[in-house]
Amino acid sequence: MPKDFKPSVITANDLLVGDVVYLDGLTWVRDLAQAEVLTDEADAEIRLLEASARTAEVVGVYLIPVETAKGTTQTIHFREAFRATGPSNYSHGKQERI
Amino acid sequence: MYAYTDFDDKFLAERNAQFRAQVERRIDGSLTEDEFKPLRLMNGLYLQLHAYMLRVAIPYGTLNGAQMHKLADIADKWDKGYGHFTTRQNIQYNWPELRDVPDMLDALAEVNMHAIQTSGNTIRNVTADHFAGAAADEIADPRPVAELIRQWSTDHPEFQFLPRKFKVAVSGARHDRAVLKAHDIGLQIVERDGLRGFEVIVGGGLGRTPMIGKVLYDFVPSADLLPTLEAIVSVYNLLGRRDNKYKARIKITVHENGIEDIRARVDARYKLIRPQFTGIDQQMLARIEADFAKPAFVSKSLGAYESAYTNDPVFRAWVDTNLTDHAAAGYAIVSISLKAHGATPGDATSAQMREMADLAAEYGHNELRISHEQNVILPHVHRADLPALHARLKEAGLGTANIGLISDIIACPGMDYCALATARSIPIAQEIATRFDDLKLEHDVGPLKIKISGCINACGHHHVGHIGILGLDRAGVESYQITLGGDGTENAAIGERAGPGFSADEIIPAIERLVMAYLDLRTAREETFLETYRRLGLAPFKAALYPEAKANAA
Repeated sequence: MPKDFKPSVITANDLLVGDVVYLDGLTWVRDLAQAEVLTDEADAEIRLLEASARTAEVVGVYLIPVETAKGTTQTIHFREAFRATGPSNYSHGKQERI
Repeated sequence: MYAYTDFDDKFLAERNAQFRAQVERRIDGSLTEDEFKPLRLMNGLYLQLHAYMLRVAIPYGTLNGAQMHKLADIADKWDKGYGHFTTRQNIQYNWPELRDVPDMLDALAEVNMHAIQTSGNTIRNVTADHFAGAAADEIADPRPVAELIRQWSTDHPEFQFLPRKFKVAVSGARHDRAVLKAHDIGLQIVERDGLRGFEVIVGGGLGRTPMIGKVLYDFVPSADLLPTLEAIVSVYNLLGRRDNKYKARIKITVHENGIEDIRARVDARYKLIRPQFTGIDQQMLARIEADFAKPAFVSKSLGAYESAYTNDPVFRAWVDTNLTDHAAAGYAIVSISLKAHGATPGDATSAQMREMADLAAEYGHNELRISHEQNVILPHVHRADLPALHARLKEAGLGTANIGLISDIIACPGMDYCALATARSIPIAQEIATRFDDLKLEHDVGPLKIKISGCINACGHHHVGHIGILGLDRAGVESYQITLGGDGTENAAIGERAGPGFSADEIIPAIERLVMAYLDLRTAREETFLETYRRLGLAPFKAALYPEAKANAA
């Protein structure tokens, strides 16, 4: 049995800046809250392939499962939580803008 | 110290121009990421969790004031105003943007520095004893030969695509401060019948499969060193396992084939290539040695120093903790702690870098060193200058008196930055340091090395920590495994796993129980944690770590 598909977001790092980006429609956004949540597995796979082809914009495209129960998009794994905010020793990265 | 020749300058300028063009071709789409990645890695550029990271080599840990100033300028201009000194005597910038990296490399070239071979399956930055050229227990300064190895290995055409990365360390002192036995090749300068030579240790390493290096040759005359190294790397290049990344390091090659087999192969290869080494390397070495001439030491009155030592307890604590004996009378080796309690181990702000550079110029013959323990060293300071130096360090937040103590923790960047990490290291180090500072116990506890890695690759050297901490991902939660009794010196030992891991909340109390148990168990204040562990073994420490297991068994 394949694992149950969880609602997911497409993520990568920006080629020029190197920071974490998420896909919203055809646009790369900086904030996880603005990312498009994909709920259909077949659709997510096609979107992942399309996004992976955008090598002039991003590096290392992959899908992350997210939690949407509380009305906002939240990461499940702690690694993605750090990517969505920044390091814990300085207020650098995404958390700088919050 | 070594100054670049016209050849070096030209080589580096050409290499930097090549990389600039490669970056341009990546941005304009002519290179794919798959094509670009090995090129950027050869030039020290990684892509991490939040940003690119540029790893700059500090060969054998030696810097002058101008170089340190340049590192500070780069931190301000292209990064976030700080740098992170690593366990391999490199500095890492955590926030550069791709377009800026060629400019950063050009700025480094202005002060004879580069990021070549700080990544990739190549011979990496050659490290050395951080007290080299100054230590009282030194037979000879290991840096000239380290520089020779740097020149030999840089862009060596045969060794650009090794089975895996390859790390070399050199020490000229009796006490091993360079973790020689945890390197692919460790070189110990020795003397036999008045002749200078090297004990050659191979196949050490930490990571997934930790191994203590084995002696390949107990004495290689100085003139035969380079062909010997070339023979070893050449044998490894062919024999090393390219089929499995986790078995590709030379430690596995040595382990699987046996040291005798490796020796026979290296001997055969050596015979073949020895005639190619016609002595030019020795002429070059002689020129390099002249660059590492000792500074002109002076003699000064020690009155002010002695009076400060007697009257100022803060100064006295710092002197007793952060100084090491120097070979020259009246001088001391000063270790500047980059481990202020609660700070990130190994980080220095640009302002701190500039102050350390200025202090080196004023009081330290313009020399600085970076230690694999992530501190900065002023190797040649006259004791008469120590009170003034200490006052300036305190003002810059660099006066922490904790070298070799529980808060002088090695920690890799961990999951706060590193894409390979499985858990965070930095916050654990910060919390341990803060906790023991609150308890005011660290001087009572005495020498104790805690080393933390955020994944099995062991950049934080946890296997050779007296207390090692390894951060893992256990079913989506950070979990920390403790090893005990590791040692990175000439008595190298791999720490023993204490038992099941602890959560991020449990690990600090667990370390505290461990240290309290040590204080109860030691026979006297003089018996260190490691000595107590060696006398008693794991059992009493395990009982302290897992009191519930003991209660259940009763």
